[in-house]
Amino acid sequence: MPHNSSAMLSLSHLHKTYPGPARRSILQDVNLELSPGDYIAIVGDSGCGKSTLLNLIAGLDLPDSGSVKLHNREITGLDDNTRTRMRRRDIGFVFQAFLLLPYLTVLDNAALTLKLNGVTHREAQRKAYAELSAVGLTEAIHRFPGTLSGGESQRVAVARALAHEPKLVLADEPTGNLDTDSADVVLRLLRERVKAQRSIGILVTHSSAAAATADRIYRLHHGALHPA
Amino acid sequence: MNAAVWHALVSGPLRAAPGRSLLAVAAIAIGVALGLAVHLINASAAGEFGRAARQMAGEADLVVQGGRTGFDEQLYPVIAKMAGVDAASPVLELEAALYGRRDTLKIIGIDALRAYALQPQLAGVGNGARIALFDADVIRLSASAARALDAAVGSTVTFKVGMQPLPLRIVEILPDASYRQHLGLMDIAAMQWRFERIGLISRIDLRLASGIDAETFRRQLQTQLPPGVHAVTPQTDSERGLAITRAYRLNLDMLALIALFTGTFMVFSSQVLALLRRRTQIALLRALGVTRSTVLGWLVAEGALLGLIGGLIGLGGGYLLAVQAMALAGADLGADYFRNLNAELIIEPLTLLAFLGLGIAFAIIGAAIPAWDAARRQPASELHARDDNDTLHRPKWIAAGLTTMLTGALLSLLPPLGGLPLAGYGAIALLLIGAVLLMPALTGILLSPAKLTSVPALELGLAQLKATPRHVAISVAAILVSFSLVVAMLIMVLSFRQSLDSWLDQVLPADLYLRAAVAGETALLSPEEQQHIATTAGVASVAFTRFQSLLINANQPALTLIARDLPEEDLPRTLPLTSPPATLLPDSPPALWISEIAAALFDWKIGQTVTLPVGGTARTLTVAGIWRDYSRQNGAAIISRDLYRSWTFDHSANDAAIRLSPDTPAAAAELALRAALPANAAIEIVSAGTIRKISLGIFDRTFAITWALEMAALIVGLFGVSVAFSVQALARRREFGVLRHLGMTRGQISAMLAGEGALTASVGALSGLAVGTVIGFVLIHVINRQSFHWSMELHMPWLQLLVLFTITAACASVTAVVSARSVMRSDTVAAVREDW
Repeated sequence: MPHNSSAMLSLSHLHKTYPGPARRSILQDVNLELSPGDYIAIVGDSGCGKSTLLNLIAGLDLPDSGSVKLHNREITGLDDNTRTRMRRRDIGFVFQAFLLLPYLTVLDNAALTLKLNGVTHREAQRKAYAELSAVGLTEAIHRFPGTLSGGESQRVAVARALAHEPKLVLADEPTGNLDTDSADVVLRLLRERVKAQRSIGILVTHSSAAAATADRIYRLHHGALHPA
Repeated sequence: MNAAVWHALVSGPLRAAPGRSLLAVAAIAIGVALGLAVHLINASAAGEFGRAARQMAGEADLVVQGGRTGFDEQLYPVIAKMAGVDAASPVLELEAALYGRRDTLKIIGIDALRAYALQPQLAGVGNGARIALFDADVIRLSASAARALDAAVGSTVTFKVGMQPLPLRIVEILPDASYRQHLGLMDIAAMQWRFERIGLISRIDLRLASGIDAETFRRQLQTQLPPGVHAVTPQTDSERGLAITRAYRLNLDMLALIALFTGTFMVFSSQVLALLRRRTQIALLRALGVTRSTVLGWLVAEGALLGLIGGLIGLGGGYLLAVQAMALAGADLGADYFRNLNAELIIEPLTLLAFLGLGIAFAIIGAAIPAWDAARRQPASELHARDDNDTLHRPKWIAAGLTTMLTGALLSLLPPLGGLPLAGYGAIALLLIGAVLLMPALTGILLSPAKLTSVPALELGLAQLKATPRHVAISVAAILVSFSLVVAMLIMVLSFRQSLDSWLDQVLPADLYLRAAVAGETALLSPEEQQHIATTAGVASVAFTRFQSLLINANQPALTLIARDLPEEDLPRTLPLTSPPATLLPDSPPALWISEIAAALFDWKIGQTVTLPVGGTARTLTVAGIWRDYSRQNGAAIISRDLYRSWTFDHSANDAAIRLSPDTPAAAAELALRAALPANAAIEIVSAGTIRKISLGIFDRTFAITWALEMAALIVGLFGVSVAFSVQALARRREFGVLRHLGMTRGQISAMLAGEGALTASVGALSGLAVGTVIGFVLIHVINRQSFHWSMELHMPWLQLLVLFTITAACASVTAVVSARSVMRSDTVAAVREDW
C-alpha cells in the first residue's frame, strides 16, 4: 500500500505472534492508511486477528514489529501512561456489550471521557447533552443504564465514543447484541456522527449488512489485510 | 451430583478466589487464638489459685479465719475441744516483706504435729529436718520460692520486721508436689515470736468427725465466733480470693470474643459479596435441578470448612500466644492480681474442642445468612442478573435496627447478674448489631449529600458508592464494628486514665511518702520511729497511716481499714468524695469514710450506721461519706487514727505522708529521714511525682493486653474491608477494563479506589464514632461500675480519635488499592474479552 503523508492513521508492516508453546503468527505484514472521514469495516473469521489488530491500533497491545502512527505520531514506542492519555484524547470505543458504567446516569456516561480529558463538569455535560441529542436520547439523560433497552444503551455508547470528538472511533461488533431495527439505527448514527466529526471510523463485524454501511470493506485473512 | 454441586458451589469458587477465603480463615483464626489464649491464661491462673487454696486447706472441712490482721489464738483451744471436731490446726499466715527487696514472700506458720493430720503433703518433709522445724531461726521454702529467691539449703533469707532485718536459715527446699506457689513454712510459735505476732493466728483448719454435717456445724460455730472471725468452707475461701479477679477475667474473655465476633462479621461480609458474584451460577444450578436445601447446605458447609481451618490454626496460635503472654505478663496479664502464684498453662482437650466449635459455629453463623438469602432467590430472574449491578433487594432494616438498639439501651439499665455485668455486655452486643442493621439506610443518608465534580476519579468513586449501597454497607459495617469498639475502649481507658490522674492529684498532697516497706504486712514504723520522722530537719508536718484488714463478710474479700493521722474535720477536704458528706449529729457514732467499692460490696449508704470488727471488738460507726478509690479493689474505709489507737492501742504505722518546709529540697530531706531511722532500714521514700508515675505505669501495663485485643479487632475489621474490596474488584474487573480503554490510567483507577476506600472508612468510622461513644458510656457507667464498682468522669479524647479516624481511613484506602491491585494488573483487553 503506498505511503500517504496526509493519512491520520497509518499501520505499516505490523507483525504479531501470540507467545507460548504453540506460537501462532496472528498478524503478518498488515498495512493500512486512513484519512479523516474514512469509515471502513474489517471482516474476517473468528480468531483471524481482528481483535488483535484493534488492540494494536488502540495502543492496548504492542506489535512484535511494524509501526502504528496516529496523526503522524508513532505510538508503539510510547509508554503505557502516554498511550493511555492518547487513547483518552484521540480514540472513542463502541463495544458489543455496550459497557456503560451502571452507577452513572446516561448523561454522566456520555460525559465521562470529556471529564477524563479535563473538560469542566458544566462543559462536559453540555457537550454530552448535545451528543445525546444527536443520537436521540435527550429524554433519557437522567436514567441509569439498567433501565435502558439494548438499542438505547448502544446509542449512549456511541454518544460516549464521540462526545470528545476523537480522531479515531473503534467499534467492535456494535450490533452483535441488537435486534435488526436497533442495529440499523445504531449503524446509521455511528456513521453519521463519524462523518460529521470527520473522524476515522473502524467497524469490526461479522455482519455483511453492517459492513455494507462502511465506505470500504477489508478482510483479514491469514494475518494479512485485503480489500474485500 | 453432590460432588458436582460441591465443586460448582464451593471448591471451585474457593480455588478461584483463595485470597478471600484466606482472609476469612485468618479472621476466624485470630478470634479463636485470642479467645483461647485469654481463656487458657485465665483458667490456668484461676485453677492454680484454687489448687493453692485447696492445698493450703488440705483435708480440712472448715476454715475459721479473720482478716489479715489475725485473731486471738485463745480461740484455738476452745474450738479444738468442741464436740464434732476431729482435728484442728492453727495457722499464722503473713505476707512478709523481704529485706532490701521490693517483693514479699508468703510465710505459713504451722503447729507441725497438728498440721500433719490435715496436710498430707507435709509428710514429704525430711525426717532430719522435721526436728529443725521447731527451731525459731529456720524456714523451709517451696521449690518455686527457692528458685525465685535463688536460695539453697543452708543459705539465709532475710525478712523485714518493723524496721529490723530478720535472717532465717533455709533448712529444706520442699518438693514441687507439696506446695507449688512461692511460700515459706515455719513453726507457728517461732513465727509469732520472730514476726511480732505473739498471741495471734490467721486461721484454724478443722476436720470434722465422721457423720457431722459441715454446714450445720459451720452455722452453729459462727454464732460463737468473735466479730471479724468467720467459719467458711475451703471452697468459699478459694472463691472469695478469685471473686476479686472474676470481673477482670470476664472482661478479658469478652474482649477476646469481640475479635471472634468481628471475624464472624468478616465471614458474613465476604460470603455476602462472594454470593452476590456467584448468584448467576447458583441460579443455573437451581435451574438444572439442584434443590434449595442442597444449595443452602453446601454454602453453610463452606462456612463450616472455613471455620474448621481457621479454628485449627487458631488453636495452635492461641496456645503459642498464651505461652508467650504468660511469660511476658504473667498469669494475670499484667494486672498484678496473682502475685506469687506459680501458674502453669494447662490445656484440656474439652477446652480446645469448645474453642474449635466456637470458631466453626461463628463461621457458620456468618455464612448461613447470606447462604439462606442466595438459596431462596428465584432462578429465573437471577439467571439474567449482572455481577456488577447492585440490584439485590435493599432492606432498610430501620425498624429492626432501632428496636435492637433500644433493647440494648434498656439492657444497660439492668443490674449485674451474679455480680457480673452480663446485661451490660448484652447491651453492647445489641447496640452493635442494631447499628449494623441500620447501616444500609444510614450509608445512603450519609453519602447522599456528598458531591464531587472536579476530579473524575473521585467522582466515579463516589458514584459507584452511591449506586451500590449494599456493597458499601457491608464494608462500612466491618469498619463500624471494629472502629466503634476501639473508640469505646479509647474513651473508657483515657477517661479512666484522666480520672486516675486527677485522683492522684487529690490523694497525694504531700511532698514525700515514706513506707516501711514496699509491700507486705511485717514492716511497721514504731512510735519512736514516727517521732524521729516528725522531728527530722526540713519536715514541716507529717501524717501517718495504719492499714488493717477486716473480714466483714465470709463471702467478700477483706476490707482495708485505713486509720489516717488527720483531724477528722480535714478528711472531707482531702478525700475525693463522690457526693456531699453527711452531717453527723453530736451523739452519732464516729465517722467512717468508705470507698465506692466498699459501698457497693457491702451495700452501705451515707448516714448508715455500720459495725466493724476493729481490734477484735465490734465497733459502731456512721458512714459519713463515700470517696473514690482506684487502688484497693477489695474496698476500703477510713477512720481517724486517734480513734483507731484508742480502740486498739496499736500505735504503729505503715506509711507517712510528709510535707517539707518551703526551702527544703526533697533529696536533702530524704537523706535526713534515712539518717533518722535505723541503719539499713530499707524503707522506701518516694515523691508524689514518682508514685504518680508508677501508678500510671501500672495502669498502662494493665491495659496493654486490652489494647492488644482491640487492635486485633481493628485489624480483623480491616481484613473485612480488604475482603469486601477484593471481591468487588473482581466483580468490577470489566469496569476497570472499560475505564482503561476510555483513557483512565492505572494511577487514576487507584485514586478512584483509594477515594472509595477513604469514603467508605469515613462513613464507617463516623458511624463507629457515634456508636463507640454510646458503648463508651456503657463501659464507663455500666461495665466498670458493675465489674469494679468505681466511677470516673467522661473525657472525650478528641485528638486521639482524630488520629485513629485518619489512620483508619488511610488504612482502608491502602487496603482498597492493594486489594484491587492484582485485578488492575490483569490484562485490560482480557477484562472486556467477550466484546473484542
